[in-house]
Amino acid sequence: MSETRPVNLPWEPERYELASAPAYYFDLDRREFFKFLGAGVLVVSVLKNASWPQESGRTKAPRGDSLPQEINAWLHLGENGQVMVYTGKVEVGQNVRTSLSQAVAEELHFPMEKILLVMGDTQLTPFDMGTFGSRTTPTMNLQLRKVASTARDLLIDLAAAQWQTDRQHLVAADGKVSDPRSNRSAEYAALVKGKELTQSIPAEDPLEPAASWTTLGQSAPKVDGRDFVTGKHRYPSDQKLPETWYGKVLRPPSFGATPVSVDLKGAEQMGAVAVHDGNFVGVAASSSALASAAIAAIHVDWKTEPQPSSQELFEYLRKNPAQGKDPTGDGDRFELGNVDQAFASAAHRLRQTYTVAYIAHVPLEPRAALAKWEGDQLTVWTGTQRPFGVRGELAEAFRMPEDRVRVLMPDTGSAYGGKHTGETAIEAARLARAAKRPVKLTWTREEEFTWAYFRPAGVIDVISGARADGTITSWEFHNYNSGSAGIRTFYEVPNQRILFHPAHSPLRQGSYRALAATANHFARESHMDELAHSLKMDPLDFRLKNLKNERLRGVFEAGADKFGWGKRSTAAGHGFGMGGGYEKLGNIATFVEVNVDRKSGNVEIVRVLSAFECGAIVNPDNLRNQIEGSNVQGLGGALFEAIQFENGKILNGKMSRYRVPRFSDLPVIETALLDRKDLPSAGAGECPMVGLAPAIANAIFDASGIRLRSLPLVPNGLKTT
Amino acid sequence: MPSFHLSVNGRPYTIEADPQTSLLTALREHLDLTGTKYGCGEGQCGACTVLIDGQAQRSCITRASAVAQKQITTIEGLAIGDKLHPLQEAFLKEGAMQCAYCTSGMIMSGVALLNGNNHPSRSEIIDFMDGNICRCGTYSRIIQAIQSAGKQIADSGKVGTQ
Repeated sequence: MSETRPVNLPWEPERYELASAPAYYFDLDRREFFKFLGAGVLVVSVLKNASWPQESGRTKAPRGDSLPQEINAWLHLGENGQVMVYTGKVEVGQNVRTSLSQAVAEELHFPMEKILLVMGDTQLTPFDMGTFGSRTTPTMNLQLRKVASTARDLLIDLAAAQWQTDRQHLVAADGKVSDPRSNRSAEYAALVKGKELTQSIPAEDPLEPAASWTTLGQSAPKVDGRDFVTGKHRYPSDQKLPETWYGKVLRPPSFGATPVSVDLKGAEQMGAVAVHDGNFVGVAASSSALASAAIAAIHVDWKTEPQPSSQELFEYLRKNPAQGKDPTGDGDRFELGNVDQAFASAAHRLRQTYTVAYIAHVPLEPRAALAKWEGDQLTVWTGTQRPFGVRGELAEAFRMPEDRVRVLMPDTGSAYGGKHTGETAIEAARLARAAKRPVKLTWTREEEFTWAYFRPAGVIDVISGARADGTITSWEFHNYNSGSAGIRTFYEVPNQRILFHPAHSPLRQGSYRALAATANHFARESHMDELAHSLKMDPLDFRLKNLKNERLRGVFEAGADKFGWGKRSTAAGHGFGMGGGYEKLGNIATFVEVNVDRKSGNVEIVRVLSAFECGAIVNPDNLRNQIEGSNVQGLGGALFEAIQFENGKILNGKMSRYRVPRFSDLPVIETALLDRKDLPSAGAGECPMVGLAPAIANAIFDASGIRLRSLPLVPNGLKTT
Repeated sequence: MPSFHLSVNGRPYTIEADPQTSLLTALREHLDLTGTKYGCGEGQCGACTVLIDGQAQRSCITRASAVAQKQITTIEGLAIGDKLHPLQEAFLKEGAMQCAYCTSGMIMSGVALLNGNNHPSRSEIIDFMDGNICRCGTYSRIIQAIQSAGKQIADSGKVGTQ
């Protein structure tokens, strides 16, 4: 972790995946860009002495007084009419290739289908911290709107100069500048013909208000959709170069095991290239079958260390504090008023503990990389949410400067926060160097389950006090290990003590869609339901009594209305619950109906309704898709997903042993979208997930009288004893 | 090197590899037909689904040599020229994907279902498709896509691809 990193940055890096920003950037200069792209217009941002590091855009580490100017090229409009846009953000199924294309089309007044985004290529795109924290819409969408608006202004200026007229009479629309008075018009491509112009983004440039959007705000279909339904798109694991060999890594028998002696002869006799370098043992061979056989022929003696097991997990997390702070979310500690005094004098008091298990991301495409060396230059194609971060990892692993490493990220088969790191990139590159040819390496599903990282497990204690009229007076909240994202309460409570306690994690843990916000919302919103019941108040009335935030009230009220909260008829075994909150700039209220069969213990999720508000909606259909997906994926962690481990081994690290949501788990999912055209657009990939688990737990209580306080809630059905 | 024959998307191939090689590896590694995906290697996720004589089968747990005499259809062989299969069209129309890594397998399973039944009910679709996993959670859209493609196939009086 970088020591020079400022602590209070506007972006929210995910815990555990922080890495220092690259120390050097070697830019193409403007002339090189035109040589590469052809004549046209190039929109750049020039950053002088900017604070470092920032989320996106290239800057240099502050060293010395005179920093050279750094140039980022964001958009090129060529004389062939092609618009190329460069962004370090990546596509993992959240459909930002589409929404960012909409942003450019909107402000450039140019057809969306003629816009091509180059994403996540460390040689061509401006530096970007990574695609996480639901930041693409609030930051990159806005940035590319500014970029496109700058280009449009320049095109109008070009036409005005060419026609010797005042620019205010000219109109830019549909890829043309025209003068309605003289009926003259010119395609953008014609205006830039033979020119090599660069234009910086002005500090202030008015953008189209959401109320007058024509391309943004529409349900544009997925860009390149046809390539995905025909199998033509090449994901990282589909990449291939001539003479490519296949790589495989020899895995230790358990976490913490190290090789004492390694005999590679068996593998080498089969014609494989075998490598033993530090703790790394791997092979490259002409086929994946040969690589697997060669791995099996390597003899290693391992030294193992005893490791904790899942049975003792929660006690272990309480008893093994880690030093250091959580650099994410809302901070380590928050105090307001006098919580001890308020608790002592409260009419109603409640103290409960909630737990959350480790879960795996299970991206359907496992980690994969293709690596190629040309002399001392390394190029790697890999699926990662942090191409620039992985470039840094490679440079560090091979002790080489970053300008000799290029990382490219083909649109990838999902990530969910699980692909921040560059393991396969490093493994493939090490084997490619030994084999002296390109090497591709794809993890098996078992490797993915074992050698990636997990969503942190956690223990949360909540201690609350309320007056008889339902006013919460004290709120104490302790989260052990799972993280501090979403830890602060959004209810109005005069006395609060909120603490995050980092712990030594027995398993490698990292980012996950919504990360700790899921655990913190589960604890908070379950506890709110428990408080409401102990006060004999309706859970919705109780929330609204203690909630001032208008946007959050808006989603609870809209959701309750559409769900029919309070008007529902109760069939035997059916129950209703809600959960909601504020996360990653979005506001969610989730309402759930369950059907509990007390005899069999089966819990069926009948219906889920999500009311969601994330400012001005960028793409309504994709927004619905993200909300539906959050709810389906969220069912797994809420109901049955948990990693089981024992003494350094994962016990259920296979698809047949780890249950993820399937078609038969699908409830009816409804969405209520609140479009706030007066507010900036926020991301939607994470926030909609956080309301689901508590809404289900609360609905199960409503249906059965049984209060469940551990995620997953019903891995083996509802136990009635 | 031993070899075996495969007929994929109407074309004959000779593959020089161990006949024990999985069909998935033969397609991806030897024929560079990468539209068929690896997801789990144990027939649990459906990403590797292909049609064998019109029936959906998991290529990761199918020995390539065992299907040497059969007609294999992969996602690359579904469109006729530029004309997409109605289910491919329906996936686009319904936005039935996010990362789309499961899409090939979903479409191949869906085509196998529609080959036998143009009007599958919601519960028939769920039963048939339950072995295909979409981690992005687009199941409800996939159900809609299958139903709308079935209707389209029925309306046009055509039969599905083999």
